[in-house]
Amino acid sequence: MITMEPIQYKPQDFKSDQEVRWCPGCGDYAMLNSLQKAMAEIGVAPEKTVVVSGIGCSSRLPYYVNSYGMHTIHGRASAIASGIKVANPELTVWQITGDGDCLAIGGNHFIHAVRRNIDLNILLFNNEIYGLTKGQYSPTSRLGFVSKSSPYGTVEEPFRPAQLTFGARGTFFARTIDVDLKTSQDVLIQAARHKGCSVVEALVNCVIFNEGTHKSITEKEFRADKTIVLKHGEPMIFGKNNDKGLIIDGFNLRSVTIGENGITEKDIMVHDAKCSDPTLHFKLGNMKDDLPVALGVIRNIDETSYDQAVADQITDVQAKRPIRKLEEFLHTLETWEIQ
Amino acid sequence: MSDTAKITTLDQVVIRFSGDSGDGMQLTGSLFSNLSAIYGNEISTFPDYPAEIRAPQGTLSGVSGYQVHVGSKKIHTPGDLADVLIAMNPAALKVNRNAIKPNAIVIADEDSFDQNNLNKAGFVTDNPFEELKLNGVQLIMAPITSMVKASLVDSDMDTKNILRSKNMFALGLLCWLFNTPIDRAMHLLENKFKKKPVILKANLKVLTDGYNYGNNTHGSVSTYHVNPTDMPKGTYTDVKGNQATAWGLIAAAEKSGLPLFLGSYPITPATEILQELAARKELGVKTFQAEDEIAGVCTAIGASFAGSLAATSTSGPGLALKSEAIGLAVMAELPLVIVDVQRGGPSTGLPTKTEQADLLQALYGRNGESPCVVVAASTPANCFDYAFIASKLALEHMTPAILLTDGFLANGSSAWRIPSLDNYPIIKPPFVHANMQPTWKPYMRNPENGVRYWAIPGTEGFAHRVGGLEKDNKTSAISTNPANHHLMVKLRQEKIDAIANVIPLLEVQGNKEADLLVVGWGGTFGHLYTAVEELNNTGEKVAFVHFNYISPLPANTIGLLKKYKKIVVCELNNGQFAGYLRSKVAGIDPIQYNKIEGQPFTVSELTDFFKTILYK
Repeated sequence: MITMEPIQYKPQDFKSDQEVRWCPGCGDYAMLNSLQKAMAEIGVAPEKTVVVSGIGCSSRLPYYVNSYGMHTIHGRASAIASGIKVANPELTVWQITGDGDCLAIGGNHFIHAVRRNIDLNILLFNNEIYGLTKGQYSPTSRLGFVSKSSPYGTVEEPFRPAQLTFGARGTFFARTIDVDLKTSQDVLIQAARHKGCSVVEALVNCVIFNEGTHKSITEKEFRADKTIVLKHGEPMIFGKNNDKGLIIDGFNLRSVTIGENGITEKDIMVHDAKCSDPTLHFKLGNMKDDLPVALGVIRNIDETSYDQAVADQITDVQAKRPIRKLEEFLHTLETWEIQ
Repeated sequence: MSDTAKITTLDQVVIRFSGDSGDGMQLTGSLFSNLSAIYGNEISTFPDYPAEIRAPQGTLSGVSGYQVHVGSKKIHTPGDLADVLIAMNPAALKVNRNAIKPNAIVIADEDSFDQNNLNKAGFVTDNPFEELKLNGVQLIMAPITSMVKASLVDSDMDTKNILRSKNMFALGLLCWLFNTPIDRAMHLLENKFKKKPVILKANLKVLTDGYNYGNNTHGSVSTYHVNPTDMPKGTYTDVKGNQATAWGLIAAAEKSGLPLFLGSYPITPATEILQELAARKELGVKTFQAEDEIAGVCTAIGASFAGSLAATSTSGPGLALKSEAIGLAVMAELPLVIVDVQRGGPSTGLPTKTEQADLLQALYGRNGESPCVVVAASTPANCFDYAFIASKLALEHMTPAILLTDGFLANGSSAWRIPSLDNYPIIKPPFVHANMQPTWKPYMRNPENGVRYWAIPGTEGFAHRVGGLEKDNKTSAISTNPANHHLMVKLRQEKIDAIANVIPLLEVQGNKEADLLVVGWGGTFGHLYTAVEELNNTGEKVAFVHFNYISPLPANTIGLLKKYKKIVVCELNNGQFAGYLRSKVAGIDPIQYNKIEGQPFTVSELTDFFKTILYK
């Protein structure tokens, strides 16, 4: 008997022959590299991998990946990816999208893909700007943001992708930043392994139209103090000196320093990404300002995916009804004979 | 008494069931048409119901109707004016005033003709028949409500449910009037209410009471009999257009060996296609009730990319929403079936009424040069064939194909001989094969028909990317090269044009040597055919051609149309097909007969109009 060793893929195997054409310095380059590394480690063959996107800078990504791919129309990638996955659950389906594509024109499809828990890996590039149309505010741009279409500042509050995902009953949400290759690769692998709809928000920099938008958390000198990489089953400790942690104070989260005011490591919360109640995940996903921005996998719970449920239902019905051909079925209807 | 009563034999009869939308007239009508079909009559039916599910009781806006045409010879329409009207209340009588013959039999529920209901229906006198000048009708006034109450006084049902059985009394009366044995009606009810024994028992009792009432009290009135037809041997069932469409898609999936996927969003009058396919899980069908019309078509496009026979079903407003995505399928050259069950428009329009006004939307309603296949079904039963054909053309030519049906076909029914799928052709999608590598590119084409090859995910060595951006005709990389775009637009058009080589030629019916050619397309076939047949039977000379293939047109279209001195294009819109023909056949200027009332043609209006042209 010949036993086949599982093929060890290299990131190179997932690189297409197309020249990457983002602006020099764009955060999307780092995410593409992280994705190709993650794909190699996940080990699904290029021909069983499908990468789907909508419209926008990030949505050019499928052209750069050696796999089956579809660069579709604005906002509709979630729906098209849903059709691919439901039609053939054997495929690993990635959706590449941006804050405008996913949360403005595609918002409806996004929340329903999340609600249905279709086994998609949605990689949402959030640069808080419309880049391909050259600099208009997006649904994640902060209140008051000045752009070409908001010369006096926006007067609308932004979406937070984590809130939207949890509000739509999401089963997996992770966040990363373009410059943190290790976390990016790690959350993309976990997203792919999660059976159900996985949303990964990547905070990326738009070097041309929104330079430095995530700077307050991404700059090396304060990244460790301004972010926390959450890991399931591990205490929520962060900081340059690994001496800061998160505790629950009443209904709120609070950042504390270990060793101050009698706080010890035991007082620090342990991250439970698998808790089905999303309340704490909401709070973690919302952290900003005085609290570190949460990176890593915030929520990762097991629920039956839609594509699996569709396939299971067919199996169940077929077990009860032996008919497999249309003609046989038609003869089970109310019929009569003309002699 | 009944044994001495006269039985008159008829060639055909038109019966109209009418009542409140909660009176169960659709069910009664469809049961009666099934009974007639089972007996061996030709049938054609047409439901005519309001958009409101339950409009206020007794009002004109709440009237729901169902017309059945029963015949002993081939019939093609649900009939013009009714010979028999069942009016469950005064509003039903008033609404159908002009839908019945002057000497029609009117069966009415005497109990419902009280002052309250007369007021609700806007009658100003005590005698609605005189007020409507219905002096010639033969009236059978039966106290249906009170007899049903009496009939079910010992049942366990509450008054509301008891009154819901009134329609069965009417059905029993009709069975008596048409000498239809009620045992088969009982059998139908037994199947229908298998799981509701209390309701079944009540319905059977009321049905029998209605039949006996007719027999006992109107023994001196003539009853009727319609002889069975000489239909081809076989097993028959009753089919509605929407069911036939759903089954045609399943047939195409079987004949292509591909799984069937439907992405859809509920919309009147197309919803039954989604419902029927959602119920066919034993046949492996996957349905996806999407969050909106756009997601309906987009999930289908995804399923197509993944290798399914993918379809989406909708009506006019939904087709408008899907247009950008259909353009993507044109650009990516993916097979996709779009079923548009047309209704009155524009905007929300007349959701429950029929129209043919989406033709130009189907042909041209997308940005850019965006050709696709357009075919139209012409009878409830041949929705099966055209759903099959649309699927075959989509799969074999890697293109979106739009199937146009309409509310009249979708909800109308006819007897249908269950086909043998052995008589349907195999469908062969142009899949890539291993020896095409290493030179294969996504837009490499078969030189014979201009069709690209299909590589579905999972096929090793053929990973590739498609999308909405224009691609280089050779390398398939993104291209904005001017000459390349020009070429690609031409190639996409030529691919559709080449389909004319594989579809049937038009055939002229009626009198081929006539000067006048009647032209129709889609769901108006039955009325046009009957009108032309009637005229030829009375010594006039009229030719008739009906289009099922719209884009591309059959190869003999130009030559055929140019042979006739006078052409009249008849359609349920403001002249869209006439305009399309003018653009495709230089030098013709057809006369138009357009009706935009949300209703099908009547045969008599057509024959009247054709006569005026003949003698002009």
